[in-house]
Amino acid sequence: MSSLRGANVSSRTGAAFMTPAALLIGLFVVFPFFWIIAVSFSNRSLLGANALHPQFVGLKNYLDLFDPATFWSQGGFGPSLWLTIQFVVLSALCGQVLLGLVLAWISRELSPRAKSLLQGIVMLAWILPDVVVGFAWFAYLDRDAGTLNQLLHGLHIPAADFLIEHPFLTICVFNAWRGAAFSMMLFDAALQSIPPSYLETADVVGASSWQKLRDIVLPLIRGHIVTDLILITMWTFNVFTPFLLTAGGPSFETDILPIYTYRIAFKSFEFGKGAAIGVIVMLINLAFSLVYLRLAQRGLRAGRKT
Amino acid sequence: MTPPPHIRLTHRASIVRSGARVAVLLLGAAACALAQADPAEVSIACRCVEGGVNGSEARWLKQYVVPGYVAAARAQGREVTVKLREFAGSAEQMSQQLALDFATGQGADVAEFDGFQIPGFVDADLLKPLDEVAGPEANTWEGWSHIPNSAQALVRFRGKRYGVPEQTDVRMIFYRRDRFRAAGLDADHWQPHSWDDILAAARKLKALDPRGYPLQVNAGVAMGEATTMQGWLMLLAGTGEELRDGQGRWIVRSPGMLAALDFYKTVYIDEKLGEARTQRLVSGRNRSFTDFQRGRSAILVESNWFYYTAIDPQGDFPIADRDDIVGWAKMPARTPGSAVRGQDFVSVSGGNSFVLNPHSRHPREAWSLLAFMNSAPALRSYQEYNEHLCVRDDVLPPHSQFLRDSGRELLPLTTIRPIDADYEKVSAEIQRMTESVIAGKLSPRAAMAEYAAAVKQIVGADHVVALDLAQGEGS
Repeated sequence: MSSLRGANVSSRTGAAFMTPAALLIGLFVVFPFFWIIAVSFSNRSLLGANALHPQFVGLKNYLDLFDPATFWSQGGFGPSLWLTIQFVVLSALCGQVLLGLVLAWISRELSPRAKSLLQGIVMLAWILPDVVVGFAWFAYLDRDAGTLNQLLHGLHIPAADFLIEHPFLTICVFNAWRGAAFSMMLFDAALQSIPPSYLETADVVGASSWQKLRDIVLPLIRGHIVTDLILITMWTFNVFTPFLLTAGGPSFETDILPIYTYRIAFKSFEFGKGAAIGVIVMLINLAFSLVYLRLAQRGLRAGRKT
Repeated sequence: MTPPPHIRLTHRASIVRSGARVAVLLLGAAACALAQADPAEVSIACRCVEGGVNGSEARWLKQYVVPGYVAAARAQGREVTVKLREFAGSAEQMSQQLALDFATGQGADVAEFDGFQIPGFVDADLLKPLDEVAGPEANTWEGWSHIPNSAQALVRFRGKRYGVPEQTDVRMIFYRRDRFRAAGLDADHWQPHSWDDILAAARKLKALDPRGYPLQVNAGVAMGEATTMQGWLMLLAGTGEELRDGQGRWIVRSPGMLAALDFYKTVYIDEKLGEARTQRLVSGRNRSFTDFQRGRSAILVESNWFYYTAIDPQGDFPIADRDDIVGWAKMPARTPGSAVRGQDFVSVSGGNSFVLNPHSRHPREAWSLLAFMNSAPALRSYQEYNEHLCVRDDVLPPHSQFLRDSGRELLPLTTIRPIDADYEKVSAEIQRMTESVIAGKLSPRAAMAEYAAAVKQIVGADHVVALDLAQGEGS
């Protein structure tokens, strides 16, 4: 009885402590969230008559986005969506997650000093401010005076125009480089949670590095991998930094959804349509997350059976 | 998905600010009883930075306008301080900034403004007529009688004035005499009479240096409004067409558009007379200036601003012996007589003006500052900092033969952009359409079809018209 009363008091006190945070989150996260959904059903804009008297337009913004007459046009929603999915698969899943895992796995077998050096360098790419990194890469890749082309020139390899000829590949490499540190750290922590005796036993029976990774490590850190996949996918869907390299061009070849949204919402100032894209991106992220979670659960069940 | 942080912030900021305002009002009321009010502070926003973009404008504002206005106000018994807010970004970014400022009750009291955006701002209640902000003296200002109606049209919308136009510009072809001489072309008085004449000259220059790119006519997304004005509208006017027909419907398919897109294809794809890469780079506009400055290109369609600011011997892209090396020619119609109004030559004009912030806390001072800036003595002083085409008929370019000649020859021929709230979005579609062609992604016809679909979505199917490609008129 007394413990129940104690629980009541503490939960009431707890609620009191929670209130300020809940109010702030409600005001700045929950309210804008529903506000965005509401705006996506209106023709609200910053310029023009719709700014003064935004009207409810139902699904018009969504239908316009998927209008077959403009869906696949240059700089339209369709190419941008397709580009973003490729960008996520290449730069986030193949790039950041895989690279992070490999780096964490390699660094496990290095001496502590070499490990902290490697991780320090990788971390540097992650903690530098976006703008600094953007301009550094822009200067690095320039055709006429860029560092990379001067290095290539020294090796007698003809200069390449990375940002014009291979813009998409460039931002994929850029994003993989930029974000691998997070996955590396997460996987590094996950690897340390594996009891060393498992791996030592495997060493005794002569398992190769790949066998240990496949049969011991991956099944044990499955949960970490899912967390990493969800976070990295969402971040990459929303990353804006490639804008600093290519501004979405040339000819919309790097027009990923965040840049497309920026064009609609803050260059044309069509807030309604911009919000609709935001809602769609959120739904896509939700779908990805569900798939990852489902895969993880299936894996767990399969793991228990064996 | 949350909205961008500044939207949330401004919401909160406005609550804080209104609280602060109440406090200031109370304090102010108390202070008034004790002493004179503090000097009114008014601010000017310009796309100019001392030592950077439009540096001479910044110097004029700092050295002439600010002290001059403060002294003039003091002579009338008012204490005023003036703050200059220099903006270093692009013109497009400047208008983004102003839109966000005005929507949140922020921003400078007097702001530099590109007139073509007035309809969009007015419809959104982000701008108010001058006389509504500043009172009736805005209508009786002496300057209006010195600004021709054609220039006032740049700031007029539905019969009301929303700003004071300061300068206008004209567009033409610049060419490098040294390259022309080397190619055996008329280096002194070159004047093409058709698009074919331009192409013929470019071909000769290309033969001189097969790896060079002698001609740039702006196209594509990265060039922004410079694509629409320096490129598209100059070509389109030369075919006798405009963006809208006589009934205000946007033309989304026409023989003239196809001819202009074919011209781009010839220049950038088929014959590589111009470098498409320059047009597509993020910093392409500056690159097109550098290319011309260094003689890598020899024919460039640009605004007169390019001559008297960019390649000025003291400009950002200086050509030391500019007056000898750089010549200019009128932009010809596609074929003689085929341009709008049956003209042989065309030009396109825009204009810079200054507007009043509708939320100005000192609207009377803001207006008197604006009027002071645009008085004949002030603008004559501006001419000494940076010679330009002033819209006032009593302020002529004092020294430059180039400005006098080009203004006299081209202003009678010129056209302006539609004053229409949808213009800006349509302009973005023009940039997309031309980009598809110069990138070799779409044929001119396919690019035009995408433009048609996109413009229809923007203005509605009732407000577009597609002309018959063979005849010129149809459904």
